[in-house]
Amino acid sequence: MELHTLTAHELSRKLRAREISALELTEAVLAHIERVEPAIQAYITPTPELAREQAKQAQARIDQGDPSPLLGIPVALKDNMCTEGVKTTCGSQILHNFVPPYNATVYRKLQEAGAVLVGKTNLDEFAMGSSTENSGFFTSRNPHDTERVPGGSSGGSTAAVAAHETILALGSDTGGSIRQPASFCGVVGMKPTYGRVSRYGLVAYASSLDQIGPITKDVRDCALLMNAISGEDPNDSTCVQLPVPDFTDALVDDVKGMRLGVPKEFFAQGVQPEVVTSVRSAIDKLAAAGAEVMEVSLPTAEYGLPIYYILAPAEASSNLARYDGTRYGLREGFEEGHIRMMEKTRAKGFGNEVLQRVMIGTYALSAGYYDAFYLKAQQARTLLRRDFERAFEQCDALVCPTSPTPAFKIGELADDPLAMKLADVLTIPVNLAGLPGISVPCAPVNGLPVGLQIIAKPFDEATALRVAYAWEQMQG
Amino acid sequence: MALTIEDMKHVAKLARLDLPEVELEEMARHLNALMTHFEHLQALPTEGVEPTAHSIPVFNVFREDETQPCLPRERALSIAPEARDGLFIVPRIIED
Repeated sequence: MELHTLTAHELSRKLRAREISALELTEAVLAHIERVEPAIQAYITPTPELAREQAKQAQARIDQGDPSPLLGIPVALKDNMCTEGVKTTCGSQILHNFVPPYNATVYRKLQEAGAVLVGKTNLDEFAMGSSTENSGFFTSRNPHDTERVPGGSSGGSTAAVAAHETILALGSDTGGSIRQPASFCGVVGMKPTYGRVSRYGLVAYASSLDQIGPITKDVRDCALLMNAISGEDPNDSTCVQLPVPDFTDALVDDVKGMRLGVPKEFFAQGVQPEVVTSVRSAIDKLAAAGAEVMEVSLPTAEYGLPIYYILAPAEASSNLARYDGTRYGLREGFEEGHIRMMEKTRAKGFGNEVLQRVMIGTYALSAGYYDAFYLKAQQARTLLRRDFERAFEQCDALVCPTSPTPAFKIGELADDPLAMKLADVLTIPVNLAGLPGISVPCAPVNGLPVGLQIIAKPFDEATALRVAYAWEQMQG
Repeated sequence: MALTIEDMKHVAKLARLDLPEVELEEMARHLNALMTHFEHLQALPTEGVEPTAHSIPVFNVFREDETQPCLPRERALSIAPEARDGLFIVPRIIED
C-alpha cells in the first residue's frame, strides 16, 4: 500500500488504529518527494528534518489518545506564509534569505492540530501570476503533463498535492490563486470567505482580496483543513468574530431541492468549448440528482479583470513599499545613500511582473489619476458585489467553470500577458465580492484536468462544500 | 490615454525603483497595451455609487489595553542586513 497516495481522513484512521505510525507516514511522503521532485519542482524549501521531529511529537500525542484528525498528517505551505526558523521567500529574490522570527496564525493552528510540515512550496513572486512562471526561482511542473504549468500562483502547493508529495497543502487566493491551479492540477482547492481565515503572517499582496485556503485530494480533507484553520484571530482585525461550524457536517450527499445558479457570463466567449461541455455535463448530473438549476446573470462580471488590475496593484504598491533593504531581505547600494539604497534594492530584488504591478498601482494612486482609476474601480466593485447579492436572492450557490482552459504549456503565454490574465477571469469576481468558492475536478479534456467552480454566499462555505461533496460522490 | 516615458520616470521615482530608461520604455509599451484592454471600464456608469474598499463589512476590534509580550529586539535585529548596538544600521540620512 502506497501511504502517500491516501487522503488525510484515510490516514488518520490508520494512525489511530495503530496500523501505521506518524513517522512511517512522514518517511513515505519524504521518500516520494525524493523520487518525483526533480520532475515536478513543487518545493522551494523541503523541511525533512523538521517533519521527522514533528512526526515524532504527533505520534506521542496519538499514543496519549489525542483526537485531533490532522495529527501526524503531512502538510505543505505556500512559501508566502511565515514559518519561524524556516526560510520564507514569497518566490522573490528580495526575500531570498528571509527567515521569519514568528509564525503565521495558520501554521500555529496546524502545529496545534499536530500536522507535520514537509516543506514550503513554489509560487509566482508575491503571488502575482497564474503559472508559477513568475517565480523568482524556477517554474513548477504540472504532474498530469510536465510540459505544462501547474497554474498559479499556488502552483507549487497544487502540484505537490497532485503528485502526492504531500497529503494536504495551503495556498492563498487573491484573484484565483488557489482555485485556478487546483483546476489545472485536478485537485480540490477552496478560497474561504474573506475574513474566515486569519491572514496574520501571510505576506501581503492585496490585503482586501487575499485569503488563505485548503488544497486537498478530496472534499472531506478540504472540510477537515477548513476546520483547522478557520476562526477569529486577535492578530488580524479583518478576521471576523463568527462561530466556525464543523465543516464536515456539510458533507451530505444530497442536492435535492438545492437551487443552483448558472451565471451565463461565465460560459461566454473565451471559455474553451470542451471546458463548457465538461462543466455543463457536471451541472446536468447535479440537476438529475434533484438540484434545481436556473440561469442567472452577473452583468458587471465582464469588468472583473479591469477592476482587479487597478485595485490589486494599487494595494500591492503600498504593501510592497516595505521591501527597501532596511530591516530584512536583500540590500543593495548601501554606500550610495538611503534613497539610492531603496531604489537599487527594489529594482534588483523584484522580478518583471512585480515591478509592473508596483508601477501600475503607484500610477493609479498618484495625484490626478485617483478618481479615474482607483475610485472608479471601487465603485464598479460595489456593482459587482450587488450582482452577486441579486443572484443569491434566487439561488443557494453558483456553478461554473473555474478557468476558461485546462493547463497551458510552459512558455506558451509568456509573451501574451492578457491571455495569461484571462486564466483568472472566472475566479477574480469571487475575490472582489469576498465570497467563498471551491474548485473540484470534473471530466478531463484531452487528458487534462478541468475544474468545476462552486460559489456560495458570504460565510456559507458549508453549501459550497456540500455541492462539491455530492458531485464528488457521483463520480464514485 | 497612454503612459509616456516621462510618466514612467515620475512613477518609478515615486515607487523608489532604479530602472534604466530602456526598461521603462519596454514597460510603458506593455502597460499601455494592457490598459487598452481595460479601457471599457471607463464606460461603466458609476455616478453616485458608493465605493467598496472591503467586500465584507469590517469593524474596529477592541481589546483591553494590557501589556503583552512582543518580538524581542534581538530576534527582530537578527535578520537585519546590518545591525549594531541594538539598532538597524542604515545609510547616513542627515548631513553634517
